[in-house]
Amino acid sequence: MMRFLLLFSRQGKLRLQKWYTPLSEREKKKIIRDMTTMVLARQPRTCNFLHWKDLKIIYKRYASLYFCLGVESQENELLGLEVIHRYVELLDKYFGNVCELDIIFNFEKAYFILDEFLMSGEIQETSKQTINRCIENSDMLQEDYNNEWYEVELFG
Amino acid sequence: MSPSVPLQEMIRAIRSARTQCEERGVIQRECAAIRAQFRQADNDGRSHNLAKLLYVHMLGYPAHFGQMECVRMIASPRYSEKRVGYLGAMMLLDENQDASLLITNSIKNDLSHNSQYVQSLALCTLACMGSAEMCRDLAPEIDRLLRSSNSYVKKKAALCAVHIVRKVNELGELFAPAARSLLSEKNHGVLHGAVVLITKLCERNPETLERFRKSVPELVHIMKGLVLSGYSPEHDVAGVSDPFLQVRILRLLRILGHNNEAASDAMNDLLAQVATNTDSTKTAGNAVLYETVLTVLDIKSESGLRVLAVNILGRFLLNNDRNIRYIAMTSLQKIVGTDHIAVQRHRGTIVDCLKDPDASVKRRALELSLALVSASNIRSMMKELLNFLSTCPPELRAHAAGGIFTAAERYAPSQRWHIDTILHVLTTAGGDVRDETVPNLIQLITTASELHCYTVHKLYRALLQDISQQSLVQVACWCIGEYGDLLLKGDCQEIEAMQVNENDVLDALETVLQSHMSSPATRGFALTATMKLSTRITENVDRIRSIVSIYGSCIDLELQQRAVEYNALFKKYDHMRAAVLERMPVMEKNSTGQTNGEPAGELVKEVQPIKVSQDKPSTQPPVNQVCDLLDLLGGTEETTKPSFPPAQTTDTISSPGGDLLDLLGGLDLTSPTPVVTPITVYEKNGVTLTISCEKQSETNLTVTLIASNSTNADITTFNLQAAVPKSVQLLMKAPSGDCLPACNTAKITQVVVLNNPNKVNLKMRIRVSYTSQGSTFQETIQVDTFPECR
Repeated sequence: MMRFLLLFSRQGKLRLQKWYTPLSEREKKKIIRDMTTMVLARQPRTCNFLHWKDLKIIYKRYASLYFCLGVESQENELLGLEVIHRYVELLDKYFGNVCELDIIFNFEKAYFILDEFLMSGEIQETSKQTINRCIENSDMLQEDYNNEWYEVELFG
Repeated sequence: MSPSVPLQEMIRAIRSARTQCEERGVIQRECAAIRAQFRQADNDGRSHNLAKLLYVHMLGYPAHFGQMECVRMIASPRYSEKRVGYLGAMMLLDENQDASLLITNSIKNDLSHNSQYVQSLALCTLACMGSAEMCRDLAPEIDRLLRSSNSYVKKKAALCAVHIVRKVNELGELFAPAARSLLSEKNHGVLHGAVVLITKLCERNPETLERFRKSVPELVHIMKGLVLSGYSPEHDVAGVSDPFLQVRILRLLRILGHNNEAASDAMNDLLAQVATNTDSTKTAGNAVLYETVLTVLDIKSESGLRVLAVNILGRFLLNNDRNIRYIAMTSLQKIVGTDHIAVQRHRGTIVDCLKDPDASVKRRALELSLALVSASNIRSMMKELLNFLSTCPPELRAHAAGGIFTAAERYAPSQRWHIDTILHVLTTAGGDVRDETVPNLIQLITTASELHCYTVHKLYRALLQDISQQSLVQVACWCIGEYGDLLLKGDCQEIEAMQVNENDVLDALETVLQSHMSSPATRGFALTATMKLSTRITENVDRIRSIVSIYGSCIDLELQQRAVEYNALFKKYDHMRAAVLERMPVMEKNSTGQTNGEPAGELVKEVQPIKVSQDKPSTQPPVNQVCDLLDLLGGTEETTKPSFPPAQTTDTISSPGGDLLDLLGGLDLTSPTPVVTPITVYEKNGVTLTISCEKQSETNLTVTLIASNSTNADITTFNLQAAVPKSVQLLMKAPSGDCLPACNTAKITQVVVLNNPNKVNLKMRIRVSYTSQGSTFQETIQVDTFPECR
């Protein structure tokens, strides 16, 4: 099970946080602090896996953003790297050549995409196309300010 | 998609703030505006306001006043408001907030909404922050949705069910039938969710696990389809078809096949197929291979398959990608105990990884190397490990030094090699070794009697070079004090000759005494060594007298006391001085068969001088000793468990300050009382427990319990508990282990110290508990008569 996903910049500013277990605000802040310090201190060509308390931390840097995933100890680390990569691909498809500013100014969209991909600390959907279609349809639904609901059929 | 302009303007404003103070100002103004707008009953920009608040919350500012707004927005009929409302609920509300219960009804209604997207919002939120009560409330709804015809909703319902089972274990039963039927789905998302749900159910409930074993053929079939299918654009990742699903199925197979022959047989072919067919050039393929290896090693696979798995790990070790080397070593660590020979084949690569610049890889390589040390490769491995010790990062030093000592102790080919190794470690990493290294080393040196000359020369030279490593200095002082005569004689075959005269030696010791780098314990060593030299040198006895008398007024109480006593030895008891400062007899190690057992029990916190009998003590200890054998090892010490196999970090032992060997008087610290034949008190299921006693004094008794196992299967979790009559005090030392290997190959020893001040009739009740061949046994034995000790 994944415990949390954090996105932060090279300066340590948090851009996205998703928690899959209930934690107090204090604990969340502490974890964020620990993660940013640990990950930002890593040398460039070192391995992407760390140990922190009883969790495994998988992190990867994409341009100016660090993606940091905290998983339980029985999880597959290499798959964690794939999960991070898949999320980046989804963001890229949605925003078109995504950069950090897109995520800053449209953070709620980033969350919506994440909620279509991961849920309850596990992967929800393994097909990129399906997720992209769902997001598009949800956005179209949101566009409509009247109280009519479009019946959108999902194929596949 | 229309951008939410007010939100983006605010973000821009916050980002353009140049100082923290300015930012706070902007945020306070915005929050005030948001609060005002929340209070207004109905307005169009509600979702924007909440989104702004969520942004502010992410920056770390308080946003709890938005909780009720979230509740209101969730209840709104508009999709856009619901969406942001649910997002707010996931970010601001969790099960510890009271407001979270208020959304239960909304979620319930939305779960039956006719738009699947609204249903998905509700499911997602429930899975993110649903409390136990909410889960109990809504579980039947989720079960209904698991059977719906809409795959989109089904897959989300499956993961929501996973969350519910995590929160309320008993509801697992509710979802099991639906989960089973979901396995026949074609949609990968639903299939993935089903596999995750089944995994969770099996982990939580052993009966469910039994039932789902019947699904193994179905899972194997699905997996085969994935592996053998051609290219599928929807699910392909770098040549592997849906690696996410493959890994989850492999994990589930691992759980189902663990400890079960039939299930393991059914998956053997599949695992071999996956292992050979998967493309290992990219991470996705390697992830699947990794999971396959873990599964093979965890089920009852046939030996050919195991060899294949270890070979894959070996290939991983040679991979250029650091991540893959890291996980290869992690996996090898897990199997080094069981498939030792297979792992030994890759020793060379592992040792090379010690030189990798990455600290995580180094750590793994160190642990694995320590686990691979054996009698045949000790010399070459030790060379590599010592090399590593000089260049390793500081956080690994203590672990490395500890591991080296353990390995050296188990497999030392010769005593001289052993002493050299320990000296090398002390010179490179003296600050990171554990406290009991000093007495251990001293004990080792005393046993190697033919090497005394060599050792003392080496130590003297090391001392001249560097007096900052306390452990090294302590050992060096002790040796110089004890074997000073050999040092002064000068000739030693094994080391190049160096003429040492008495003044040099005394200079060296005085430097240690006066240096600010020496700890009080070290100075104690140095002072006593100086004193001992008074009987071993001929000319500078006066110099020694003056040194000793100076310290009679030292501020440090321990040094002062020693100096005063030594002074007394010079003055009043000069006739005894030679006898008191005689060469010490060989100390025997107090270990119990397991290497690296309890720390040297020979340390005595000796405070008063001992009246020694006049006749020259040879190897027999003087009879009339004030044998104040205190409980030296403290109350709660643990023996370091042998670190091989599997390598674990050894615990630090809290020895009593690690200082103060008794240097005055040849106390032979191994009790000379002969041990009586042990008496068997328990013999059942192949387990034999014997006790033997040693009387330490009129009221003190040491009882040794020894357990052995004559069956063909290993016994685990062996545990002994003891109870004695009320007036007797009992102290149980840590046992030497908790695993009894089969066929009497090793025993477990546990020492119990009893103090019987009222001299009541000693009885003891012992409770034995252990696990043998899968079943646990527990028995209580009463021992009424203790074997007589002479």
